[in-house]
Amino acid sequence: MNKQVGNVQEALKGLDNGMTLMLGGFGLCGIPENSINEIVKLGTTNLTCISNNAGVDDFGLGLLLQNRQVKKMISSYVGENDEFERQMLSGELEVDLIPQGSLAERCRAGGAGIPAFFTPAGYGTEVAEGKEVRVFNGKPHILENALHADFAIVKAWKGDTEGNLIYKATARNFNPMMAMAGKITIAEVEELVPAGSLDPNEIHTPGIFIQRIFQGEKFEKRIEQRTTRSK
Amino acid sequence: MALDKNGIAQRIAQELRDGWYVNLGIGIPTLVANYIPKGIEVEFQSENGVLGMGPFPFEGEEDADLINAGKQTITTMQGASFFDSATSFAMIRGQHVQLTVLGAMEVSENGDIANWKIPGKMVKGMGGAMDLVASADNIIVAMMHSNRAGASKLLKACSLPLTGVACVKKVVTELAVLEIKDGAFHLIERAPGISVEEIQSKTLGKLIINGDVPEMNL
Repeated sequence: MNKQVGNVQEALKGLDNGMTLMLGGFGLCGIPENSINEIVKLGTTNLTCISNNAGVDDFGLGLLLQNRQVKKMISSYVGENDEFERQMLSGELEVDLIPQGSLAERCRAGGAGIPAFFTPAGYGTEVAEGKEVRVFNGKPHILENALHADFAIVKAWKGDTEGNLIYKATARNFNPMMAMAGKITIAEVEELVPAGSLDPNEIHTPGIFIQRIFQGEKFEKRIEQRTTRSK
Repeated sequence: MALDKNGIAQRIAQELRDGWYVNLGIGIPTLVANYIPKGIEVEFQSENGVLGMGPFPFEGEEDADLINAGKQTITTMQGASFFDSATSFAMIRGQHVQLTVLGAMEVSENGDIANWKIPGKMVKGMGGAMDLVASADNIIVAMMHSNRAGASKLLKACSLPLTGVACVKKVVTELAVLEIKDGAFHLIERAPGISVEEIQSKTLGKLIINGDVPEMNL
């Protein structure tokens, strides 16, 4: 089945104020930067964004925050974004901080038809407030619900017109689980190839989870912490 | 003399055992990788999705798609693998990782840890720390004995929001190695030239001292 759309504008058709989005990536690694830039242009507001991080002030999701397009963030770590911290501490932005593993599993569960699961992460902390606690094998666990999104937007290295995806290195991160959990999942890829060009053995995300795929026009792929050693 | 950050990392590296998979947190824990004892093989897991993490790349060889959990550019070792975040935390929650080393703002005498939030002031989020401390069997905290204001970080009870309860097994600071069991810090070793009295005076939680406390062997 052909999932290819012409460009990012076509991919984001139907995006509306107040929707819930999942955006793949860890830090600035593996984020759907073409789609984010387009949402900034569209000016869509009151968004709930589910993303492990919130970008930096002038790149990635930070751009949506600067533009006051985000009503609520669901993340695990937001430490690299001053504007985020300011909006959060002042109460302008609703924030739900959840453990990284629980976030990943909640996305996976959403896509896999599992409504909720028990995890030990966060037991005894403020993350557990209001959540059901149950003891398994002598150890307390808390109940975490699955997450869903109107649009899940992921980024892959290579994709084919069927929507099959291959990620590169640690740019995989949250993308595969989020791809499963969107009512509409958009994949932006660095290289889009005809169906049959990718080895089925090497596919990370099968095309069934993808509704729209396009080749991103430009990938800046900014590095957050450039660390090197000398030769 | 009190240890510097590298000294703390060097002491923690002595805890590594052959064949272990190890998760190193951001800050001092990252430095542990520089002091792997000779003759043992360990593999580093970074929770953003890599097993077999190597050193920082040479200048000009950085890859934006290859980073660690601290968002730093890295390389991989032979035999490395990449995986998604759900798989990564399956490794952690499923106790396939033998040792977790992480930093902390406070640790209590019963092993509670606080390291993710200062209410009204600093809210960075817990990242993977809550998953790590809730599941790992063997957790070592690497931190300074006191905070910047000079207050002890080894307490009766944490004052900051908790990351996990009764989970820390060992703490290594610039002054001492302490084991946590039966609701107390047990002084195991002291940094070269540091007196037991100094450690005692800077530890607010219950501290157990048994006989002569040896100096660290670095």
